[in-house]
Amino acid sequence: MTILDKFKPLQAAYETVRAAGKDPFSVRFDEVLSPSEAVMNGRRTILLGTNNYLGLTFDRAAIEAAADAVRRAGTGTTGSRIANGTYGGHADLERRLADFYGCSSAMVFSTGYQANLGILSTVAGRGDHILIDADSHASIYDGCRLGQAEVIRFRHNDPDDLARRLRRLKDTPGNRLIVVEGIYSMLGDTAPLAEIAEVKREWGAHLLVDEAHSLGVLGDHGRGLVEEAGIEDDVDFIVGTFSKSLGAVGGFCVSNLPDFDILRIACRPYMFTASLPPAVIASVIRSLGRVEEEPGLRRKLQDNASRLYHTLKDAGFQLGPRTSPIVSIRMPSITVAITFWNALLDAGVYLNLALPPATPDNASLLRSSVSAAHSPAQLDAAAEAIIRIGRSLDVIPETRCLEMAVR
Amino acid sequence: MPQTNEIADVIIDMIGALPQAKRGVTPETNIVRDLGLDSLAVMNFVMTLEDRFDVSIPMDRLVGIETVADLAATLSNLMGAERA
Repeated sequence: MTILDKFKPLQAAYETVRAAGKDPFSVRFDEVLSPSEAVMNGRRTILLGTNNYLGLTFDRAAIEAAADAVRRAGTGTTGSRIANGTYGGHADLERRLADFYGCSSAMVFSTGYQANLGILSTVAGRGDHILIDADSHASIYDGCRLGQAEVIRFRHNDPDDLARRLRRLKDTPGNRLIVVEGIYSMLGDTAPLAEIAEVKREWGAHLLVDEAHSLGVLGDHGRGLVEEAGIEDDVDFIVGTFSKSLGAVGGFCVSNLPDFDILRIACRPYMFTASLPPAVIASVIRSLGRVEEEPGLRRKLQDNASRLYHTLKDAGFQLGPRTSPIVSIRMPSITVAITFWNALLDAGVYLNLALPPATPDNASLLRSSVSAAHSPAQLDAAAEAIIRIGRSLDVIPETRCLEMAVR
Repeated sequence: MPQTNEIADVIIDMIGALPQAKRGVTPETNIVRDLGLDSLAVMNFVMTLEDRFDVSIPMDRLVGIETVADLAATLSNLMGAERA
């Protein structure tokens, strides 16, 4: 008997997945060659599952800015902002983010996960209620657990269900905070933000939108689904990450609430962790600049997303509800998903294996994330491999003609 | 207001409608261990209960719940508090 015995069922499930071939939870890149390609198990592999939406991890100017910052200001800050001080870069980045969103305040966190942990556990306190979309990311669930507020789930992307749950609270005192995501990471679907904002106004709630997968991806200026839906005046907090479209690591929250900065001495996941190193801050500032200056990057991403989405849809795969840089393919079973994922890696295509309970509706998914850095040839090669394996595993019909005949 | 045992009967009926349904569910049945529901399935089941009884069950209230009877008692408390 050891303290780890409780993990025996998890261990058994893990062994089942690993027994089918490679270990999807500890995939190893021998060498990362570019935003869209790596060497894995000795072969060149197309990266189709790294959330590198704008392909900025190898941006030359971002690399130079990071290298310059590490020489000027050192490799790390060795402590937190409140104990060890703020570097010029932290303050610059916060100003840039606030300006980008047209907000009065911004706070930078050391990861996107910590941004949700910090904001959710702090802004909603004892006696308040947080209403979260049922398909929320783990960082949202964990942020709720860390705080003192009561937490209620509403059905995914269902504003009527949200309204029903707010109505049940109508005689209960306290503030309400509604939490939704711009793009949901498993299926690539977006929140019905205009309708949710209407419910928010009707019930006098606050609204937080997590734009982790939509910053730099949606909106004419890259400001995410909030911009695309035109509800910037209705949102109280936007949370996001630097680790996807901005190609680095870190998280943030922007807001127009007048006393927002009090959170700097109240929010424990901000206060008690080391701040981001100068090199990361410098590359993020540069990458945010590219998001602002180059709408063409977003257009390229949308074109690429559409290319892969439609190729796979036409081939007969079951995908998420809308064209999105996240293209998730529904698998008929966990076993087929694991076999398919292994076959793709052997064919030189890396994407994500997403299994229940991390997925909506207990679905088994092969989740890909398209990048502006993918060439049409790379996307076509990946699609060709996916279709070939899909046919051999009977996930899709052998040919289009056969599919027509079945209809 | 329904009594706790009446609530338990409704819960047992609703468990019968789940895809993972098992026969012989009683108030003493352990929801996670005996029914084999994972954490997500439990949370989704709680949502249907919320709608059936028109009451909110905050997630932190689920922590101490093991059996159908525990769940019925929690619902009864929440509904009592609401009407008090």
